[in-house]
Amino acid sequence: MTPKLHLWLIPVLPLIGAAINGLFGRRFSRQTVAAVALAFCGAAFVLALWAAALFSSLPVPHLESLATWIRAGSFQVDFAFYLDQLSLVMLLVVTGVGFLIHIYSVGYMWQEGGFYRFFSYLNLFMFFMLTLVLANNYLMMFIGWEGVGLASYLLIGFWFTKDSAASAGKKAFIVNRVGDFGFLIALLLLIKHFGSLNFEQVFQSASKMPAEAAEAGLLTAIGLLLMLGAAGKSAQIPLYVWLPDAMEGPTPVSALIHAATMVTAGVYMVARSHVIFDRAPMALMGVAIIGTLTSLFAATIGVAQTDIKKVLAYSTISQLGYMFMACGVAAYSAGIFHLMTHAFFKGLLFLAAGSVIHAIGGEQDMRRMGGLKEHIPWTFWTMTMATFAIAGFPPFAGFVSKDAILWRAYSSPYGSSVYWAIGVFTALLTSFYMFRLWFLTFFGEYRGERSGDHGGAHAQPAADAPPEHGHGGIHESPKVMLVPLVILAVLSVAGGWVGSARFEKFLSPVFHAGAPASNAEQAAAGETRAREHKEEGASEALLTGVSIGAAALGLYLAWLLYYRRPQLPRQIADALGGFYYAVANKYHVDELYAILFVKPLLDGSTRILWQSIDQDVIDATLDNSADGARHLSDSLRHMQSGNLRSYAGWIAFGAAAVIAYMIWMGTR
Amino acid sequence: MVPLSYYLALSGILFACGVTGFLIKRNIITIFMSIELMLNGVNLSFVAFAAQWGTLKGQIFVFFVMVVAAAEAAVGLAIIIAVYRTRETLNVDRVNLLKL
Repeated sequence: MTPKLHLWLIPVLPLIGAAINGLFGRRFSRQTVAAVALAFCGAAFVLALWAAALFSSLPVPHLESLATWIRAGSFQVDFAFYLDQLSLVMLLVVTGVGFLIHIYSVGYMWQEGGFYRFFSYLNLFMFFMLTLVLANNYLMMFIGWEGVGLASYLLIGFWFTKDSAASAGKKAFIVNRVGDFGFLIALLLLIKHFGSLNFEQVFQSASKMPAEAAEAGLLTAIGLLLMLGAAGKSAQIPLYVWLPDAMEGPTPVSALIHAATMVTAGVYMVARSHVIFDRAPMALMGVAIIGTLTSLFAATIGVAQTDIKKVLAYSTISQLGYMFMACGVAAYSAGIFHLMTHAFFKGLLFLAAGSVIHAIGGEQDMRRMGGLKEHIPWTFWTMTMATFAIAGFPPFAGFVSKDAILWRAYSSPYGSSVYWAIGVFTALLTSFYMFRLWFLTFFGEYRGERSGDHGGAHAQPAADAPPEHGHGGIHESPKVMLVPLVILAVLSVAGGWVGSARFEKFLSPVFHAGAPASNAEQAAAGETRAREHKEEGASEALLTGVSIGAAALGLYLAWLLYYRRPQLPRQIADALGGFYYAVANKYHVDELYAILFVKPLLDGSTRILWQSIDQDVIDATLDNSADGARHLSDSLRHMQSGNLRSYAGWIAFGAAAVIAYMIWMGTR
Repeated sequence: MVPLSYYLALSGILFACGVTGFLIKRNIITIFMSIELMLNGVNLSFVAFAAQWGTLKGQIFVFFVMVVAAAEAAVGLAIIIAVYRTRETLNVDRVNLLKL
């Protein structure tokens, strides 16, 4: 007998929390708001843990259907929840990291106006994200997908009176729309050809189809469209531009939505649709290329950023590129593994960055930080863990997962040494910019103002000191913020110890269920190839050594440039001249998009749609017919002159006309 | 015997003269006389048809018209006098307002 897990409660609980806080939160005290938000989010986490505890005794995949939603002919969509190894991992990451960030936010947002609004949005986000993760069909997934976009929009624009925040929210929403368009078309194609959006049915029908190796067909089209959707949500080239701007939101939001959970939805979606991608090598290659390019591209931009959160934003894009690369070489479990460890260490990095920003009163520019090591030791040590994790030093979590991806990128039947080489170079850059951030923030001399009036004139109205801290100087964050940092730090270290092989084995029922016959052969060939590599000279160990070397080189360079000889970076930047400024200005991609897409669209809308079609055609039709009627009546008005004799004249004229007509009729 | 069409033509000419006078003249009395002219033009066609068909209906109708015309002349002339007293003109173009 299958135990009833009541999976539907997991997403619905945060929704209730969101509703309570959203509807009544204005009248609640801050304590009540925080208690409500934490209780409902925590309850979801407990339920998720309970599901995990019972997981081994479940027949997997576990399906719980709540109600029929749409039924049209043979097409049916249910409100149903689907739990397998993949969604379990996502479930635990989302609820776990989400809960920790909720706790952190209580401390971070304590001084902010709209406290209840923030937690209502945050709970709403949890609801949609959990719907996305637990859906058993693409349509419910799409609801969650759109919903997290909405929550992201609301939270980026949380300080909506700030113009930049409001437009950053809009930008995120609109850019995501481009990707959603692809996702939606993919869904329509699925309905058209498979008659269903249900995961099991779609994958069952798809797994009967042969791999489209030679020519692109239906599955390739669906795969590429899904990829477009994933690229929007997961901030990949060419749709990554919204994520750096999304840093306008409060820092816990950046940690939760724009690092740990929402942006990984694209990776989850690609992994979930692996049956389709397995049979569409071209789509798979597209994913790999996009992922690889994005990881490199974003990492180079990250090197030249000065805003602490922007560095982390580009780092997130780059790490998401790694996950895409993993999915693109059909190493889905490596991608999901990195997704999980990334959620730990990048969530931690953002939270620690928030703690730094909080400590020095809203300053985000790293050039005005420095020497904070002694002042905020807890933040420093937790951030150090995360930095080492993301840079890929063993035995931290990031090393294990990143190494799994790089190894897969090299050894997978879809992989190539090019992916691996770019991946290693990106790892070097990652290590460099992360340690640059680390040295700039925590070492050397403090370069900011030491006055007590911080938080007053700074760009970010965030993170004033909590009342018990007063306003004096640099201070460590309250415990409610430090506890999540410590927990995440532990996870950043130990999260990878489960080992990529064991993780892969855990997920293998998901990813090997529908592997196509030809792919199985290829995979077997890949295994052989991998084994050959191993036999040839412990190639995996060699590659691992190279990636550790890259990380160490990055650390050394950062130490050299930003600790040992801090005047060097300026000289190098000057020597590079134009190239440096191109990088520092994010390769002018925003400007390019403005010229290529925004301006034509704006001009087209203004000149053609507004001025030509709306004003000259639609409005003109109405205006001219009204004018015509007015002019006609204006001339007819003269008949009603009030002059008796002209009336008589008209009568005589009319009578004559009638008589003439009658005579004409009579003589005919 | 004079053919019917002659009478009708004369009747039409009389009526047209009446209409023309009604339209172009400004003196109220002239207009009034034009109306009489039109009425008599119509009367002529009535009697012409009556004689043609040998019935009395047309003749009787003419008497009715004459009675109405007489009554109208009485009332109309009274109004004209009243208008002249108040406005000291008989030009219709100046009598285009109902109030003074």
